[in-house]
Amino acid sequence: MIEILETGPFNTVQDLGRPGYRDIGVSASGAMDPLAVRIGNILVGNDENAAVIEVQTFPFRLRFERRTVFAVTGADGHPRLEGSELIPWCAYMAEPGQILELKQPPLLARAYISLGGGLDIPVVMGSRSTSLRGGFGGNAGRPLAKNNRIAVGEDLEIAMLPATGLAVIEPAVALRDVFPAPVDGALPIRALPAGEHGLFAGDGEAFWGQTWRISSRSDRTGYRLSGEPITPTASIEMRSHGVVPGVIQVPPGGEPIVQMSDANTAGGYPKIAGVIECDLWRLGQARTGARLKFIRSTHAEARAVEQAVARYVEDVRLTSGMVKRALKAIA
Amino acid sequence: MIATTNRHASQREIVPATQGRARVSSIGARSFLLEAPGDFDLIAQRRIWALSQTVRSWADLAENIPGMTNLLVIFKETPEDPDAVVVRLLEAWENAQSIDLNGKTIEIPVHYGGEHASDLPALCDLSGLSDREVVRIHHEATYRVFALGSAPGFGYLHGLDPRIYMPRKTVPSLKMPKGCVTIGGMQTGVAMLTGPNGWNSIGFATLEMFDPTAPTPAMMAPGDTVRFLPARIEL
Repeated sequence: MIEILETGPFNTVQDLGRPGYRDIGVSASGAMDPLAVRIGNILVGNDENAAVIEVQTFPFRLRFERRTVFAVTGADGHPRLEGSELIPWCAYMAEPGQILELKQPPLLARAYISLGGGLDIPVVMGSRSTSLRGGFGGNAGRPLAKNNRIAVGEDLEIAMLPATGLAVIEPAVALRDVFPAPVDGALPIRALPAGEHGLFAGDGEAFWGQTWRISSRSDRTGYRLSGEPITPTASIEMRSHGVVPGVIQVPPGGEPIVQMSDANTAGGYPKIAGVIECDLWRLGQARTGARLKFIRSTHAEARAVEQAVARYVEDVRLTSGMVKRALKAIA
Repeated sequence: MIATTNRHASQREIVPATQGRARVSSIGARSFLLEAPGDFDLIAQRRIWALSQTVRSWADLAENIPGMTNLLVIFKETPEDPDAVVVRLLEAWENAQSIDLNGKTIEIPVHYGGEHASDLPALCDLSGLSDREVVRIHHEATYRVFALGSAPGFGYLHGLDPRIYMPRKTVPSLKMPKGCVTIGGMQTGVAMLTGPNGWNSIGFATLEMFDPTAPTPAMMAPGDTVRFLPARIEL
């Protein structure tokens, strides 16, 4: 068990999501930074899809009730265990009664706490993710609250960890060539033109050309962007159609909305573009007020990024498995 | 006129039912949307249902989501040749024979009027009909579930009488209650969640239509027939 001692209002249980039910109106949900979840889970010896805690409102504190392997991935802050500073992207061992504390990270938006054995929570429609809109999954469909106690699954091979922990080079560094750094403070996000791009005529170029700011009216469902409004040449009401995270819709006001993890499953607003899936985690780590620029991409580029990410994850899996086996052998 | 259930109808006979070519566009790198050309009607939707059944057998497909005369397909990974995907989808659409889904009939008791019918007066103004006529026209029709989406278990219903079409609101109601019986353009439905909603409410239903713990969580499925039964009329 773990006990939540302190939390902000929007911290939830997430895994890699609940795909496969969009056709009955159920959003996939899942972590805003799925890459951090995959790496965190590999580090603590879990299945990649094990349930973790997504922390997006800080500070956050929890108490371990038994010996537990854990890792904090995602955000750039330094977690503290019993007051001692730890490094992120690193697996550690906590003793019963110890307290883990996460403070507001300096730059990024979301931290993930993976626990050896995963959070032991009922699977609803194939996932342990919290569906906030539907009110099911995760912690009974609700964000975590102070005094909540959550069961942790059995850690079948409680990892032999060096006293200093077992760390990994984080994706932003390891995949520096694949994920370009911000230019003049604006995060480059790759996207492909979508269905109604042509309807925006000259404003289509204005969409790609300008720097957008993530407005405060943004959450796990979608990011609203502030900037010079763009308008289609004709006002159209589209027949309802399926949408996915990453779709960039333009409501009548002309300021785009990027659908995120809790994306609606159907839409009717004109779509100007769609973010490539491998760049969604970077958006998931961008905070209110952050600036971004959309870079026109291609299917070939999206495929190359997908393959580079897959190679990185596989590399982490193989290496951490090797290190743990070696440590077990010498134990 | 095309016999849409006739399996022997030739390609040439089926195509004219929906003039022009279907359109395929992408959302991001893995998802492709095919939009049927032509009218918003059962003929087009039956071919969308057929297309949905065809693509279900494609090994490289992760999900397919029927919409209103359109279909979104999500591939497991970004296809190597997106142009080939477009061709494959268009071919499957051209070959999609109209099918009718053998759906069940769902009866939904409705409390028409009353406190939840917040948009009934506006609908009367727009249509020039009395509230009694609007309610009668709504519950006398038979509807088909074209697709589900937008909220867990929410069914988009087709079959609304054109006399009571009403555009979606430009400014949505911020907190429309779950259960409101609504009209959005030429569609009708029952709100599944309390929250922002751009459709127009004319009544209220208490029937539970979604249970995430059930083997089949959504009561409605594409092809089902829906009838609204006036349990109470309060005008």
